[in-house]
Amino acid sequence: MEIRNLTTRFFTRKGVVRAVEGVDLAVRRGTITGLVGESGCGKSVTALSVMGLVPSPPGHITAGRIILEGENLLDKNPEQMAGVRGKDISMIFQEPMTSLNPVLPIGRQVAEPLRLHTRLGRRQIRRKVVEMLELVGIPEPEKRLWTFPHQLSGGLRQRVMIAMAMICEPKLLIADEPTTALDVTIQAQILDLMKDLMKRLETSIILITHDLGVVAEVCDDVYVMYAGKVVEQGSVFDIFDNSAHPYTLGLLRSIPRIDANWGKRKLHAIEGTVPNLSEMPAGCPFAPRCEKARSFCREKEPPMVRIDGRHFARCHVAGEGGSPDG
Amino acid sequence: MAKALVETKGLKKHFPVNSGAFGRGKGRIRAVDGVDLAVMERETFALVGESGCGKTTLGRLLLHLEEPTAGEILFDGKNLPELDRRRMRSLRRDMQIVFQDPYASLDPRMRVGDIVGEPILTHLKTLTRMERKERVRELLDIVGMDGDAAMKYPHQFSGGQRQRIGIARALALQPRFIVCDEAVSALDVSIQAQILNLLQDLQERFSLTLLFITHDLSVVRHLADRIGVMFLGRCVETGSTREIFESSLHPYTKLLLSAVPIPDPHKRDRTKTPITGDIPGPTDIPTGCRFHPRCPYAKNLCRAEDPPLRTIGERTVACHFPLSS
Repeated sequence: MEIRNLTTRFFTRKGVVRAVEGVDLAVRRGTITGLVGESGCGKSVTALSVMGLVPSPPGHITAGRIILEGENLLDKNPEQMAGVRGKDISMIFQEPMTSLNPVLPIGRQVAEPLRLHTRLGRRQIRRKVVEMLELVGIPEPEKRLWTFPHQLSGGLRQRVMIAMAMICEPKLLIADEPTTALDVTIQAQILDLMKDLMKRLETSIILITHDLGVVAEVCDDVYVMYAGKVVEQGSVFDIFDNSAHPYTLGLLRSIPRIDANWGKRKLHAIEGTVPNLSEMPAGCPFAPRCEKARSFCREKEPPMVRIDGRHFARCHVAGEGGSPDG
Repeated sequence: MAKALVETKGLKKHFPVNSGAFGRGKGRIRAVDGVDLAVMERETFALVGESGCGKTTLGRLLLHLEEPTAGEILFDGKNLPELDRRRMRSLRRDMQIVFQDPYASLDPRMRVGDIVGEPILTHLKTLTRMERKERVRELLDIVGMDGDAAMKYPHQFSGGQRQRIGIARALALQPRFIVCDEAVSALDVSIQAQILNLLQDLQERFSLTLLFITHDLSVVRHLADRIGVMFLGRCVETGSTREIFESSLHPYTKLLLSAVPIPDPHKRDRTKTPITGDIPGPTDIPTGCRFHPRCPYAKNLCRAEDPPLRTIGERTVACHFPLSS
């Protein structure tokens, strides 16, 4: 899948919110691509744009292409998009309780994509649903078909969501903060499950998260977003070992680390707050918070520059040294 | 060794479950089920555990915001449930709380100055209005905010700034003990770092005793002097942060720590403790050791007998077969 120059804006009474501004992104087959950033950086809106689920009005995709296996999804009408969703691309959300239907048994919900997108008979559907529930690690799947979401724990609900998303063996799975609401031990189980399914079903995954630990554990490629733009992209090793953008570096330094050296110390906080997306500063959007900002950073918007290979950063002063431990 | 400021002995809190027709009682939630714990003066003590383990209820009990079902809560040697209302009220000045959600814990109709000044108005009635205003200004300055903030409303601030307001309110009466219940969990990492640094500063500056309730073990490792690990209403292990992270005694602690993602892609292939099963709920606590259904080392004794809390050096652990270091 490839995204080219995606621009999504929300036209509100208070002004135009530039949620996503010219995002380029490529997902390699059979890999996990991480989309990282803080609240309001545009990572979820990017995902909703791919799914054709941007609430409109006020949202509108004003430019760009989203290409899945040679076809531009933005050329499709709503009906055609409905044929893509759940079949070729599916999505799982942070809060499994609000995205499952509370009054339908889980067996029916997991079967729904098959009913919509295939011509399988009732028996075949039932067999596939049981298989899928088993694959995502739900104990005694035959008995669970008639269970309602509220009877399951958070971890099991998220497994049901994954079963529902994967049942048509989509080419692309978008997971928006899939483990944020879960306890760490359950999070570890769910991440393992996603990796395992990706290999077995040859799906590609876009993992949206704010948790750099999760990114380091599972992602192959990483895109760091800030204020609606991709500010750095590269392999997970490029991003963690050799971060080029001051924002990425700041993020890595500001997290308390479970593997840090002992002894009390201060965290490196990024001062200030994220800019308002409807009143973007001139020049580089990160400049007001950036330690390395020069005068021209506040005037001219930086282009994406190649650091090496597939590693890029949107910064005037990128590549001027610095490591996450500094 | 330092003196304990807050201590619990056999502390329990059970909630009745009103299920079934006409709300007839059917079982109890044993949210806190026999906790012995000591928080030393001027330390940062972290209470960790997964959802439903009772850490929030325990925090509320320590402030006597909940009436315990059984057991003692000693604050500076005084057993809180036995105090009369007047003495409890004056003791409240010494203990404060900062909540997780800065959107829900600040009254949207009050100006920031009134929010921060409210504890002063309640407890220090002798202060004049001007003195109170001056004190509010000072408090806002301490947490790194402009004095102008006093005239604004909470919705005019970001999450991180609101959390600063919550902290200023907690500091208003110069307390000795502050409970931070998931105080940074709702914040973005860059803002979280600002607030953690602020809390560290304040602790030193005002000799505070902090109880940090959180599920984020990376934060705990960074901040805490000592840790208590909770599992289903019990404190299953306590010890210094370093001891707990380097050589956990309880199998649950070990499992919990190994599940934390490490922000270093080179470490992704480390050997991890395999995790199986779900956490049982606090209504159906298993017999014997409450961790035995998930414990990889469980033996027959563990299924039959609830392990008592044992003291090993300066650490405590509730396990029949503690892991050796």
